[in-house]
Amino acid sequence: MDKIETIQIIDGNQAAALGAKLSRVQVIAAYPITPQTPVTEALSEFVERGELDAQYVAVESEHSALAVCTSASIVGAKAFTATSSHGLAYMHEMLHWAAGTRLPLVLACVNRAIGAPWNVQNDQQDSISQRDTGWIQIYARNNQEILDSVIQAYRIAEKVYIPVMVCYDGYILSHTEMPVSVPTQKEVDKFLPKYKPHTLLDPQNPKNYNLVTLANPRLNAENVLCHGYMEIRFLLQEALQNSRETIIEAGREFGKLFGRSYGLLWKDRMDDADIVIVAMGSLALEAIVASDMLREEGYRTGVVGLRVFRPFPKGDVVAALRGARNIIVFDKNISYGLEGATCSEIKSALYGSGVNAAIRNFIVGLGGRNVAARELADAVKKSLSPSADKTLNREYPEWICYI
Amino acid sequence: MGTRSCGHICGESSPGIGEAGITGDWRDSRPVIDLDKCTPSKKNKPSCFQCWLYCPEAVISKTIPVEINLEYCKGCGICAQVCPTHAITMVAEQGRGSA
Repeated sequence: MDKIETIQIIDGNQAAALGAKLSRVQVIAAYPITPQTPVTEALSEFVERGELDAQYVAVESEHSALAVCTSASIVGAKAFTATSSHGLAYMHEMLHWAAGTRLPLVLACVNRAIGAPWNVQNDQQDSISQRDTGWIQIYARNNQEILDSVIQAYRIAEKVYIPVMVCYDGYILSHTEMPVSVPTQKEVDKFLPKYKPHTLLDPQNPKNYNLVTLANPRLNAENVLCHGYMEIRFLLQEALQNSRETIIEAGREFGKLFGRSYGLLWKDRMDDADIVIVAMGSLALEAIVASDMLREEGYRTGVVGLRVFRPFPKGDVVAALRGARNIIVFDKNISYGLEGATCSEIKSALYGSGVNAAIRNFIVGLGGRNVAARELADAVKKSLSPSADKTLNREYPEWICYI
Repeated sequence: MGTRSCGHICGESSPGIGEAGITGDWRDSRPVIDLDKCTPSKKNKPSCFQCWLYCPEAVISKTIPVEINLEYCKGCGICAQVCPTHAITMVAEQGRGSA
C-alpha cells in the first residue's frame, strides 16, 4: 500500500505553509510580521523552487495583502495569507470585505499580543478582536492540528463560501518543532474537491461586485429583485449558522482518510467530570496537564477545548457541560470592561440550558506570560475552596499576574 | 415587484443601463442643447462629441443630433462645462428636487 503520510519534525509555521501548499493555493499575498514571518518565507521558497504553482505577491502592507487575496478570489483563484497581531488589526477593514463578498480565503493567524505596550509574544487578543468580521475561526492546539486545519479550512470555506481563519499560538506552536504527519499530495487531492467559485470575473460576462447596496431590496434593469444590504448580511449570518455541519463533515471525512478526526471542540476525561476547565488553542493542552494533576488529587476534572470559536458551537458546549457543577474558563484575551471572550460565550450558551454551574474566569498568559499547568490547577482549587465565593456568576474575571 | 429573486450571496450586478434604477429623478437641473451652436449638428459632421466623451453616466449619444437620455441623466452639468461652443445650458427642473 502506498504511504499516505510522512512524519516530519516541523514547527507550526512550517505546518501552516505545508497545509497551504498541499491545498494547492494559487495566489499568496502576505506581509512579514513576527511571529508569522517564516510562513511567508516557506511559501515564497515553494513558489521560487517551482514546487508550488502559485503567484507570490509581495505587498507593502497587510491591508494590501488581504486586498490582493480578495481580488484574486473574486476572479476564481484559491488564495492564502498569514499574519499576526498588528498585521491582523491592519487587515481589519479587508476582513469585512472578504467575508461580506463570501470569498473562501484561508488566513493563518499566528496569535500574538497587541500593543500598547509593544510585545511580540503570544496571546489571543488579535484574532478575538476580529471575531465579529464574519470569518470562521478555528484554533489549533498543536502543529498537527495546524496543518490538518488549514487543509480542512479550504474544504469548509469553499463549500459554505465563508473565509476561514486558522489561529495558532505564536512561539508556543509557531516556533516549536514537533512531529507532524504530513499527508501526500495525492491524498490531499482526494480530500479537497475541485473549487467552484461563486464569483467569477469574465470579460465576456462583466459583473460588478460590492456595488453600493441600499438597505432595501430593489429591482435591477432586468426586473430581477436584488437583495438589499440587510438581506446580504442576513445570508452571511445564516451561512455561518449552517456552517457547523460542514465543519463537522470536513473533520469526519478527514478522519476517514488520515485517521485524525476533528469536531467543534475537544473533550478530555469528561465522562464523569463535574469540574470542567475550558480553554482555547495550546492552552487547552496545558489545561489537560492541570486537569490530570487535579485528578491525582482526587478532583473529578475534565477539559473542554474550544476548536471552533466562530460559528460558536453553542449546542455542543451545552452538551459537553451538562454534568458540570464548576466551570473554570481560562482566557488569553479580554474584552476590556467585561471579561474573557470565551467565558462570555460559554455563559451565553448556557443561558436557559438548565446547567447551573458556578463559572469562574481567569485571564492568563497575556503578552507571552508563561502559563504553568500548576498555576491553572491552583486557580481551579482556589475557585473550589470552602472559603470561595459561591455565587454562580461573578461580575469580573480574576487575573493570574502580580497585581 | 420582480418575478425572480437574484439568488446572489454578495452584492452583485451586471453593468447595464438602469442597473441602479431610474437615476434621472436625482436631477435638479437638466441639460438643454441648442443645436444651432452644437458643432456636429451645425457642420453635419461627426466631430467634437466632447459631451459624449465626458458624460460620466454615458447617457449622451454620439449621433447627429446629439441626444441626452433624461431617464438616467443625473444633471451633473459636466457636458455644459466641457462644451466648447456653450451649446448646453443647465436649466432648473421646475418643482423637482423639493418634491
